[in-house]
Amino acid sequence: MSAVAVRANELVKWFGEGDAKTFAVRGVSFEANFGEMLYVEGPSGSGKTTLLSMISGILRPNSGSVTVQGRDIWNLPADQLADFRLNRIGFVFQDYHLFPRLTTAENVAIPLILRKRDWDESLKQAQRYLEIVGLRERAQLPPVKLSGGEQQRVAIARAIVSAPDILIFDEPTASLDGDTGKRILEFIKKEILNEKRSILVVTHDSRIFPFADRIIRMEDGKITGIVNGGAGGEE
Amino acid sequence: MVGLFRIGYKLLVNDRGKFAALIVGITFAVFLMIMMTSMFSGILRRSAATVTNVGATLWVMDPAVNNVLSTIPLPSCILDAVRSIEGVKYAVPLYSGAALIKRGDGVYQAASVIGLDDSSLFGRPELEQGNIEDIYAENGFIVVHDAEFRKLGNPTIGSEFELNDHRGVVVGIAKVATSGLFGIPTLYTTYNRAIQYIPNARFTTSYILIEPKSTSVVPHIQAVVKQLGYDALTRDEFIQRISRFYMYQTGLGTNVLLMAVISFVVGLSISGQTFYTFILENLERFGALKAIGARGSQLIAMILFQASFAALMGYGLGIGLSTLLIHIAQLRLPSYAAMTTYSNLGSAFVMVLIIAAVSSYVGIRKVLRIEPFDIFRG
Repeated sequence: MSAVAVRANELVKWFGEGDAKTFAVRGVSFEANFGEMLYVEGPSGSGKTTLLSMISGILRPNSGSVTVQGRDIWNLPADQLADFRLNRIGFVFQDYHLFPRLTTAENVAIPLILRKRDWDESLKQAQRYLEIVGLRERAQLPPVKLSGGEQQRVAIARAIVSAPDILIFDEPTASLDGDTGKRILEFIKKEILNEKRSILVVTHDSRIFPFADRIIRMEDGKITGIVNGGAGGEE
Repeated sequence: MVGLFRIGYKLLVNDRGKFAALIVGITFAVFLMIMMTSMFSGILRRSAATVTNVGATLWVMDPAVNNVLSTIPLPSCILDAVRSIEGVKYAVPLYSGAALIKRGDGVYQAASVIGLDDSSLFGRPELEQGNIEDIYAENGFIVVHDAEFRKLGNPTIGSEFELNDHRGVVVGIAKVATSGLFGIPTLYTTYNRAIQYIPNARFTTSYILIEPKSTSVVPHIQAVVKQLGYDALTRDEFIQRISRFYMYQTGLGTNVLLMAVISFVVGLSISGQTFYTFILENLERFGALKAIGARGSQLIAMILFQASFAALMGYGLGIGLSTLLIHIAQLRLPSYAAMTTYSNLGSAFVMVLIIAAVSSYVGIRKVLRIEPFDIFRG
C-alpha cells in the first residue's frame, strides 16, 4: 500500500458573512497517496478548486486540517507556508500564468530562482526540464510564441522543476482540444508521475478520466463518491 | 536575491511602454527640480559675486546691510577703530557703488564700480590683459571680462568712456570667479578715484575688509566690531546673509521652493501612477509568484528593486538632461545664471527616493494583499 502524501480532514470553507455566507466546501476528508493520480471532479461551483487550494496552502480553511508528513500546513507561519508551497507543491494553473516578459526557460526556472539558486544554474536545470517536456528548442522564446499545448507543457516543466512531491493541476485540459488534452495527460501519467509523487487534478473533462487512479466526485461542497479511475470506474 | 532582481528587472524593462512612461515621469521631475534649484543656486552665487571675487576674510558693515548692493557707508573713524583691534593684520576700505557710463559710441550703460584701497589694492582681480599698476594711471579703470563685458562695447586696453563727466580709460582687462547678478558690467579702480568720480553721501566707505593675523582671532575681532555697533562677517557668513535675503525677503526662495514642490508632485504623480498601473497589470504575475512559493519579503524586495531601478535611471537621465541644457544655455546666453551644486543633486536624489518609496509602498500594499487563490482559481 502506498504512503499517504496528503491527508485532508473535515475541511470547511465558506465565503462571505451573514446572509451572504456561502459554503464552498462542507467537511471534506480524503487522502492522496504517493504514486497516485487523483482526480477531483464535479460540476462548476462544486468546490473542487477551493478544496485543492486549501490542500496546496494557498487558501486557508475555516476549519479542518491538511496534513503533509504529519504536519498541519495551516499551523505553519506565513514564511514556512510559502516555503511549503515552493518546495513541496507544484502548480499547473488553469490559464498557465506564464510570464510573457520572460523566456520559456526563465519561466521554468522561477521556482529555482525563488529558492535562491544561481541564475545560470537555474536556467540549465530549466532547460533539462524543457527537454523532458519536449520543448528544449523553444527555451529562448517568450511563451506567447508557443501554442496552447506547448504553454501547458512549459507550465508542467515549471511545476516539476523543483521536484515537488505533490503536483496540482487545475483544469489541465480546459484550454486544449481533445487530442492535445489526452496527449498531455498521457505524458503526465507516463513521465511525471512516480512512486514519490502524488498528482491531484481538478477537472470536469470526462475524456481524461481513464488516466486517473481514483476520482473524487464532488457536488455542492461535499464528496459524493470516490471511484477508481479508468474507463467506467468502480465505486 | 540576484536572480529575483533579474526577474524583476526583466518584468520591468521588457514592458517597454510602461517602463518608458515611468522613466520619462521621473526624468521630467528630476529635470524640473534640478533646473529650478540650479537657477536658484546660480542666482545666489551671482548675488554674492563681489564677496567671492574680492575674497577678504572679514567684512565690516552696518548691521542693516543684507546684500552687497545695498551698502550703508561707514564713518572713516570705524576704519581707524578696526585697525586698532588686537589681532587685525590689516584693514582697508572698499568702495562699492553703481555709476552710469557713457561709452565711446555715446551709448549709456549702468555699471558696478569697485574701488580698491589705493595703497594695497586688496581684493584686486586677476588680469587677463594689462598690468595692475596701471590702475594708478590717470583715469585708469580695469574692466571685468565677464558675461556683461560686451555691454561696454567690448573695450580693449586704451578704450575710453565717460563716468559722470570724468574721462575713464581702460588699463586692464580682468577675469573674476563669478559674474554679477544684475546684468551690468563691473569696473575696478582705486578707492580714491571711485569716491572722486561718483557722487557720494557724507561717508564713503562701503565696507572695511580685514585680514586677521590668524583664524583664531576672528571671534575676538567680530566681538569688538559688534561693540562698535557694526558687524564683522566672514566671507561665508556674508554670503549666507545675502542668500537668506534673496531666499526669504525677495520671494525668490518661496517661488523656487514652490516650483521644486510642483516638480516633485508632478514626478510623484506621473511615476506613482505609472508604477501603480505597472503593479496592477502585473498583479496576476505577483499572485502567481506568491502561489508558487515566493515569500512576502521576496516580493517586497523585487518591487523595491524595480522602483529604485526606475527612480535611479530617471535620476541619472534627469541630471544628464538638465546639465546638458544648462551647458548649452550658458554657451548661448553667457549671463544665464544656473549652477548645479551637490546640494541640488542631493535634494533631487532625496526627492527621487521619496518617489520610489511612495510608489513602492502603494504597489507593495497591493501585492501583499492579493490572495494567490484568486490566481489559482483563474
